[in-house]
Amino acid sequence: MSDKRVVADKMGFGPPGRGHLMGGAQRAADSRAAVRRLWAYLGPHRKGLVIGSIMVAITTGLTLVTPYLTGLAIDEYILRHDLPGLARIALLMVLVSVLAAVGTQAQTVIMIKVSQRTIRDIRRDLFSRLQALPLRFFDKHPHGELMSRLTNDTETITNALGETVAQLVSAVLSLVGAGGAMIWLNWRLAIVSLLTLPAVILFTRAIAGHTRQGFRDRQSSLGTLNGVIEETITGQRVVKVCGREQQVIESFDNANDRLRRTAIRAWILVGLMGPIMGLMRNVDFAIISGVGGWMVVKDLATVGTVIAFINYARNFTRPIHEIANLYGTIQSAFAGAERVFAVIDEQPEPEDAADAVALDKPKGEVVFDHVDFGYVPEVPVLQDVTFCAAPGQTIALVGPTGAGKTTIINLLTRFYDIDAGKITIDGHDIRHIRRDTLRRSLGIVLQDMVLFADTVRENIRYGRLDATDEEIEQAARLANADGFIRHLPHGYETPLTDVGSSLSQGQRQLLAIARAVLADPEILILDEATSSVDTRTELHIQEAMLRLMEGRTSFVIAHRLSTIRNADCILVIDNGRIVERGTHAELLRREGLYFRMHNAHLAALSGVQTTVTVPEGAPE
Amino acid sequence: MRALRTLFAYLKPYWLPAVAAPLLMALEVAMDLAQPRMLQTIVDEGIANGDLALVMRTGAIMVGVALVGMVGGVGCTVFATIASMNMGAAIRGDVFRRVQTLSFANLDELETGSLITRLTNDVDQVQEASMMFLRILVRAPLLVAGSLLMAILTCPNLTWLLVAISPVLILMLVIVTGKAQPLFTALQGFLDRVNTLMQENLAGVRVVKAFVRSDFEKQRFSVANDDLTDSTVRASSLVAIVRPGMMLTINVGIAATIWFGGLQVQQGQMQVGQLMAFINYLMHMLMSLMMVGMMLMRVTRAEASSQRVLEVLHSEPRVQAPPGPTVMPECEGRVEFSHVGFSYDGEKAQPVLDGVSFVAEPGQTVAIVGSTGSGKSSLVHLVPRLYDVTSGSVRIDGTDVRQIEEAALRRHVSVVLQEAVLFSGTIADNIRYGRPDATDEQVREAAAMAQAHEFIEKLPAGYDTVLGQRGVNLSGGQKQRLSIARALVARPAVLVLDDCTSAVDMTTEARIIAALRNWSHRCTRLVIAQRIGTVMSADKALVLDGGRIAAEGTHEELLAKSPTYQSIVRSQLDGEEVAHV
Repeated sequence: MSDKRVVADKMGFGPPGRGHLMGGAQRAADSRAAVRRLWAYLGPHRKGLVIGSIMVAITTGLTLVTPYLTGLAIDEYILRHDLPGLARIALLMVLVSVLAAVGTQAQTVIMIKVSQRTIRDIRRDLFSRLQALPLRFFDKHPHGELMSRLTNDTETITNALGETVAQLVSAVLSLVGAGGAMIWLNWRLAIVSLLTLPAVILFTRAIAGHTRQGFRDRQSSLGTLNGVIEETITGQRVVKVCGREQQVIESFDNANDRLRRTAIRAWILVGLMGPIMGLMRNVDFAIISGVGGWMVVKDLATVGTVIAFINYARNFTRPIHEIANLYGTIQSAFAGAERVFAVIDEQPEPEDAADAVALDKPKGEVVFDHVDFGYVPEVPVLQDVTFCAAPGQTIALVGPTGAGKTTIINLLTRFYDIDAGKITIDGHDIRHIRRDTLRRSLGIVLQDMVLFADTVRENIRYGRLDATDEEIEQAARLANADGFIRHLPHGYETPLTDVGSSLSQGQRQLLAIARAVLADPEILILDEATSSVDTRTELHIQEAMLRLMEGRTSFVIAHRLSTIRNADCILVIDNGRIVERGTHAELLRREGLYFRMHNAHLAALSGVQTTVTVPEGAPE
Repeated sequence: MRALRTLFAYLKPYWLPAVAAPLLMALEVAMDLAQPRMLQTIVDEGIANGDLALVMRTGAIMVGVALVGMVGGVGCTVFATIASMNMGAAIRGDVFRRVQTLSFANLDELETGSLITRLTNDVDQVQEASMMFLRILVRAPLLVAGSLLMAILTCPNLTWLLVAISPVLILMLVIVTGKAQPLFTALQGFLDRVNTLMQENLAGVRVVKAFVRSDFEKQRFSVANDDLTDSTVRASSLVAIVRPGMMLTINVGIAATIWFGGLQVQQGQMQVGQLMAFINYLMHMLMSLMMVGMMLMRVTRAEASSQRVLEVLHSEPRVQAPPGPTVMPECEGRVEFSHVGFSYDGEKAQPVLDGVSFVAEPGQTVAIVGSTGSGKSSLVHLVPRLYDVTSGSVRIDGTDVRQIEEAALRRHVSVVLQEAVLFSGTIADNIRYGRPDATDEQVREAAAMAQAHEFIEKLPAGYDTVLGQRGVNLSGGQKQRLSIARALVARPAVLVLDDCTSAVDMTTEARIIAALRNWSHRCTRLVIAQRIGTVMSADKALVLDGGRIAAEGTHEELLAKSPTYQSIVRSQLDGEEVAHV
C-alpha cells in the first residue's frame, strides 16, 4: 500500500478504488496455476472430457483415412481396372464418412456440454463467493471491474474450453497422423513436402510477437476509449446541462481515432496469417505436384500416393495455423481464468465461531465498549467509542460528514469487524453471535436504496420472504408507500426495470422503509434514511417510524432537528470520537460542538427577523 | 440482415478499400482455383507422357501462382481491415454524437448501461462482421462458385454429381440457420438475466447482507445459471450439426466421384488427373461452405448488435432545436411559466405538472416545496429545457425557451442536478466544467461559496487533486458541493438547484444558502427546498401539490394561508425552536 493512499484515507476519502486485482495483464503470469484450477473444475466432467477426446481422436483418424483410400482407389483399382474393388473402396469411403460425421457430432455435443457445465460451475462459485465476501472487498473493487470478470472473463474461458480442447486434440492428432502417414507412404516425398515447415514455424513465431504487441496497444486504446465512453454516458445529463457536448465529442474523437489506428495495425497483423498460410499450402501443393510427378515418372512413387499426399499436406499445415490461432485464445482464457480465480480465492467473511449463539428475539440492549476501528490498519476511523443503548431507546448519531457515524452502523451489522474493544447485544459479544441471526434482528434502512429488477411487491417482500400479499401492503401503508404504489401503472405488480430508475429517490426510500417494516426487526438502524424524502413525506414517515421504533432499540443518523430532538440520547461524533452525549436540552446547555452546530443552522435562518408561530391545530 | 446492411452504408466513404478488398480476394481465389488444374496438367500430360520438363515447369508456375495469390490475400486483408475499422470508428462517432444531441427524455428510455454496451460491444460486433464480409464471406462464395465452375469445366461428365450435392448443402445451411435464430434469441435473454442478477447483487451487496439473503440470491442465480447453460448447450449443439453434415455430404460426394469417375477412367472417357482435380475442387467447396456456416452464426449476432446500434442512431431527440433560434446575448433572468402542463410520456399519460403559472423576477430567489412526486424536479427541469412542456410555455426574458438557441440557454441557465456526477480529472477541472475559461480565482470563489474550498484545501494536492472515475474518492456531500461550485462558476442569469444538498449536513447547507444570498452576482434562483430555512430566506415560495401550485407567497404568507405549507413547517420546527429565532 502506498503512502499516498494512506494520506488520502486520512483526508476522509472513501476506500481506495483500485485493489491488487486490477493489475490483470493480458497474459497469464503463471498459467500453470490457472490450468490446474481449470482442470479441477473439469473434475466432475472429466469423464465427458475423456470420452470427447477419444471421439476427437477417432474422428480425426477417420478423416485421415479418406486421403489414403482415395490414393488406394486410384492406384489399385482405377488404374488397374478392378471394378468390384473400386465398388468396395467407394462403399468403404462412404462408411468412413458416416462414422466420422457421427463421431464429430457426438464429440462436439459432448465438448459443448463439458465446457458449458464447467463454466456454469465456475460462475456459480464466483457468485457464491461474492455473496460471502466482506464489504471491504467491494469497497476496493469498482462494480464495473467485477462485472467484467463475471461476464467477459467467464466468456473467454467458455470460448477457450469449448473450442480449444477439441481443436487442440484434433490439431495435434492431425499433425502427427498426417505427418506419420506421409512418412509411411513415401518418406522421400515426405521430406521434400515438409520443406515448407520451418518457414511456417519461423513465420508464425515472428508474427506472433508483433501481433501480441499490436493487440496490447489496441487493448490499451480500447480501454481509454471505453473509459471516455463510460464516464461521458454516465454523466450525460451533466454534460448536457453544462453544454459541454462539443468538448466531450472532441475527447471522444481523439480516443476513437487512436483506437482506429491501433486496431487497423493489430488486425492487419492477424489477418496476414491467413494469406501467408495459404501461400505455404499452395507452395506445398506445387512442390508435391511437381516433385511427386517427377517421382512418378522415375517410378519412385505412384499417382495415388501423390494424390494422398496433397490431402495429407493440407491436414498437416492447417493444424499449425490453428494452433497458432489457439495460442491467443488460450492465453486470454488463462488471463481471464486468473482474474476469475483471484475473486474466488478472496478471503470470505470469517466463519461464525464454533460456540456462536443464535440471537433469538433479543431485548435490544446494545453496548459499544471501548471500540477502535479503521478501514485500513494505519488510519483509525473510530477511537475508544463507548456507549450503551438500553432496550427500546432511540440513539441519534450526529456530527459532521465523515466523522464516523456510518462506520458505527457498519460495525454493529458486522459488515466490518472491530480492531479493539467489544460490541455486545443483550450481553453477547457480536463476534460470538451467528451472523445470520444478528443481521436478522437488525432492521436496516441504508443510504443506497437498492431495488431489484422485479415487481414492487417482490421488492418489499425482500424484507421477509414468507410475507403474505396482505402483510406486504400493510407494511407499505405503514411506510406511507401505499399511496404512490397504487398510482403506478400496475400498482404492486409494476416491474421495476433498470434497478428502480423509474422511481424517484424518495419513492425508492419509501420502498426500502416498507421492506424494513416488513422485516419486523428488534433493533432498527436508520442511516440517513429520510435525507432525500421531502419534509411533508418525512412527516408521515416519522409517524410510521415512531410507531415502528416503539419498543425497539433504534439508531438514527439524521440531519433533521426534529428527529434528533426526539432521541433518548444524542451521540455527537467528531473525528472518530464521541465528543458529547446527552439529550437535546442537555447538549444545548453544555454549549459545545452540538450547540455550535445547532446555532450555525439557526444562523442560516437569521435573515428572517419575524418570529414564526405555527398556528395550533393547523390541519395537515 | 436489414439492420446490418443499413450500417454497411457507413462503408461508403471508404469505398476504395472496400471494393479493392473483394477484388483482391477474387485474385487469391482465382489463384487457388488454378492449382488443381495445373496438377491435372502434371498428371495427365507430364507424367503420362514422361515429360519431366513439363512437370517441373508446371510446378514452378504453381509456385508463382501461389505467390500472386498471397499478394491478393494480403492486399485483401489490409484493405478490408482499413475499410472496416474506419467504418467502425465512423459508426461509433455517429452514435456518440447522436447521444450528445439526445434530450433527457431519450436518455430515460435508453438506459445508461445499455448505451455504453451499444457504443462499445455492439459496434465491435458490426465492425468484425464487416471485416468478415469483406474477406471470408467474399472468399467463400467465390470459392464455392469458382470450384463449381472449374469442376464442371474439368469433368463435364460428372456435373450431375455437383447438381445433386449442392442443394443438400445449401438446404442444410438454411434450415439450421433458421432453427438456430430463435434459440440464440432465447439464449440472449437468459444471458441478460444472469447479468442483471450479478449487477444487482454487486450494487445491492449491503441490502443482501443486511437481510441475510445470500441463500435466496444463490438460489435465484442458480436457476438463471442453469437456464443459460441449458439454452447454450441446445443452441450450440444445433449449430454444431452443420460441420459433420457438410463433411458427410462432401465425402459421400468424393466416394461417388471415385466410383463414377473411376468407371469413366476405365472406359477411357476421362483421365486420372482430371479426376484428381475434380476431387480437389470438391474439397475446396467443402472448406468454404463450412466457413460460411460458421460465419453465418457470427452474422446473426452482428445483426442483433446492428439493431441495437440503429436504435440509438434513429432515436430522434425529443427536444428539437428551433429553426430560427434566438441567440440571446444578454439575459436578465426573468423566468415565467404560463399554464404549463407536462407529462413524461406525452399527452395521454398522467400529467406530472398541470396548469402551473408563476413568475420569477430577475434576482429573485424562488423556493419550491412539496411532497415526493409533487413535480418539483420536473418543474425546474423545464427551465433549461431538459424536457419540453406538453402544454403552455416556459419563457425566459419573455422568449419561449423552445425558441432560444441551446448553447445560449445553457450559458444563461445553470442547473445542479440531484445526483452529483463528477468526471475524472482534477478538482479544478471539474469546477471549470461549468465554464472552461474561468480563472483560478473564480474557481476558488465558486468553491468557497459552495463550502467546498475548505475540504479541497485539506486534500493532498488541493485543487489539483486528481479524482478517480466519477469522483469515487469523495463522499456524497463533497461531490454535491463540487457540483454546486461547478454551476456557480458559470455565473448564470438563472440558477436552478434541484435538491442538491441532500448529503450535505445542515450546518454546511446553511452556509451555502447564506453565501448564495450574499452573492454579488445577480441571478434568479429556483431552489427546490427540503428545509424551511431555505424558504425563509427566499423571496417567495411555491407549494406544489399533485403537479399544481397549491399556494404561492412568502414564508409568512404561506404560513398564514397554506395548510400544506403549515404541515411542512410543523414537521421541522416546533415551539422551542421558534423561540430561539
